[in-house]
Amino acid sequence: MTFFYLFAAVAVVASLLVIAQRNPIYSVLLLIASFGALSGLYVLLDAPFVAVTQIIVYAGAIMVLFLFVVMLLNAPHEETEHDEKVHLLRRPGPVWFGGVLAAALVVELLWALTRAGSDSGPFSVEAVSSVRTLGRVLFTEYAFPFEVTSVLILVAMVGAVVLAKRDSRSGGPSAPPV
Amino acid sequence: MTPLLIAQLVVLVVVFHALLLGAAAMVWVERWLAAALQQRRGPILVGWQGLLQPFADVIKLMFKEELRPKAADWFLFALAPIISATCAFSAFAVVPFGASTSFFGLLDEPMKLQVADVNVAVLVIFAIASMGVYGIVLAGWSSNSKYSLLGGLRSSAQMISYELSYGLALAAVLLLGNSLSLTDLVNAQAGSWFHVIPRWFVFLQPLGFLIFMTAGVAETNRAPFDFPEAEQELVAGYHTEYSSMSFAMFFLAEYINMVTVSAVATDLFLGGWHGPLLPASLGWIWFLIKVAALLFFYVWMRWTLPRYRYDQLMAFGWKILLPLAVVNLLATAAGVLYFGV
Amino acid sequence: MPTLNDYLILSAILFAIGTAGVFVRRNLITILLSIEIMLNAVNLSFVAFGRSFGTADGQIIVFFVMTVAAAEAAVGLAIVIGLFRHRESLNPDTFTSLKW
Repeated sequence: MTFFYLFAAVAVVASLLVIAQRNPIYSVLLLIASFGALSGLYVLLDAPFVAVTQIIVYAGAIMVLFLFVVMLLNAPHEETEHDEKVHLLRRPGPVWFGGVLAAALVVELLWALTRAGSDSGPFSVEAVSSVRTLGRVLFTEYAFPFEVTSVLILVAMVGAVVLAKRDSRSGGPSAPPV
Repeated sequence: MTPLLIAQLVVLVVVFHALLLGAAAMVWVERWLAAALQQRRGPILVGWQGLLQPFADVIKLMFKEELRPKAADWFLFALAPIISATCAFSAFAVVPFGASTSFFGLLDEPMKLQVADVNVAVLVIFAIASMGVYGIVLAGWSSNSKYSLLGGLRSSAQMISYELSYGLALAAVLLLGNSLSLTDLVNAQAGSWFHVIPRWFVFLQPLGFLIFMTAGVAETNRAPFDFPEAEQELVAGYHTEYSSMSFAMFFLAEYINMVTVSAVATDLFLGGWHGPLLPASLGWIWFLIKVAALLFFYVWMRWTLPRYRYDQLMAFGWKILLPLAVVNLLATAAGVLYFGV
Repeated sequence: MPTLNDYLILSAILFAIGTAGVFVRRNLITILLSIEIMLNAVNLSFVAFGRSFGTADGQIIVFFVMTVAAAEAAVGLAIVIGLFRHRESLNPDTFTSLKW
C-alpha cells in the first residue's frame, strides 16, 4: 500500500509541476518522472507488459520527440510578469475558465467514479499478466484495430515529415539545421 | 536474514563490482589492443605490462578541477552524467550470467545468478536503453555550447534510430525462444545438434546476430558510429564541457553499456553460460569468455574501421539496417511456421 | 491493498490536472504535454478496470491509446514547428487571425 501512495504522490506532484513550470525543458523532464511513477502503478496492477511499454514508448520515444522540438525551437519562456502578479482565479478568459473547470471536473469525477466501484476490498479475480495471453487476444479479437493502427502510424509519419519540412520558397525564420 | 536474502545481496554486490572492474579492465584492454593493432608499445609504465593504467587514469581524473560553465543550467548539467551512469548499471540488473546454483548446498533451493528475475527481462533492457538517451541529450543541452548541443542531438537521434533495428533483431530471437525471460531464452539454447554444433541461436540467425551487434555498436556510440563524439569533428561532442568525475561517469557509462550489449548478445545468440567441458555450476566462466570475445570484437572494430559521416550513419541505419531487420524477422517467422521450431 | 476506487480517484485527479494545464498554460508545447497527462490518466483507469474484471481487454486498449498518442504527438509537434516558423512565438494568443 505504501508503494501505491508513493507512486501516486510522485505522479500527482510531478503533473502539477509540469503545468506550473515556466521552463519547457523542466516540464518535459517532470512529465517523464510522472510516467515513471505511472509505470510503477502498472506493475502494482499486475500489468508488467504495459509498464515496460509505457517506459519504452512514452518516456523513451514520445518525450524524446518533445525534448528535440523544445531544443530545436529554443522554446522561449512564457511572459511571466503578468502571470506572477495576478492570482489564478482572477486572470482573464481561458485561464479562469480552466481553473474553475478543473475543480468542477475533479469533484464530478470523484462523485461518479466512487459510486461505480462498490467493492472495498482488494481485487478478487485473477489478473491477466502473461504476455502470451495478451498477444493471443491482440491478434485474434483485436486484429482489425491492430492493422488499422499500423496504417495510422504510417499516415502520422508521412504527415509529420511533410508538415515539418522547410518550404524552400518562403524565406521566413526556421529552426536551425542539425 | 534468510540465506536466500544473503545470497541475493552477495550477487548484487558481486555484479556491481564486477561491472566496475570490467569497465576498468576495458580501459586497459582498449589501450593495449590499440597499441598492438597500430604496432606500437602501449601502456608499459604503470605496473607490469601497464595493468595499473586504469587506476592511474581514475586517480588523474579525480584530481582534476570540476569545471562548470557559467551559462550552464547547473541542475541538468549535474544530472546528465548521473542518468547515463545509472541507466548503464541498471540495465545489467536483469541479465543472467550463470545457471541456477545452490552455492554448493548452502541454499535450500537453487537461485538464479541474476540480480532481478523479471518475466519481461528483454523489454526491461530495451526500456533502460531508451532512458539512457536522456543522459546524452541533457548533457548536450545543459552545457550551453554549440559543440555540445550538436553532439548531443546527433548522438540521441542516432541512438533512437538504431534502437529500431536492435528491437527487431531481438524480436526475431523471441520468435525462436518463445519467451521474454532471458533465463528461458538461454535455456532454450542448451544441448547440441549431432553432438558437435551447439544449439546457439547465432547458427539459426546469423543475419540477426550481425544486425544486433551493429545496432549495439551504434547504440553505445562506438566507432565506426561515434561521429557525435569524434575528436576531430566536434571537439568532444556532448561531453565537451565536462571534466573530472562527471567526465569519468560518461566514460564509465559508455564502457558499461558496451559490456551490457555484449552480455545481452551472449545470452540471446551465443548460448549464455552453456559450453562444453565445464559443469553447469561453472557456466559463468563460459559466459565471461564469450563476453570477452565480443568486447575484443568491439575494440578491434574501433581501431580498424574509419568513421561514418553523420548522414551516412543515419542513412545506413534507416535505409539498410532497418529493412534488413524486417526481412530477417519475416524470414524467421516463416521458418518457425514451416519448420515448427 | 489499493482498491479500484483508489486508482480511479488518482486517474480523476490526473485528468483534471491535464485539463487545467490545457486551459491555463499559454505555451503550445505545454498544452500538448497536458494532453499527454490526460491520456495517461485514461490509460491508468483502463488498466485498473481491466484488472478488476480480470480480462486482458484493458491492457490491449492501453496499447492502442499509446499508439494513437504517439501519432498525435508527432503530428502535433510538426504543426507546432510550422506555426513557430511563421510567427516566432509559441503563445497560442498570437495565432488569432481567424477570430471574428
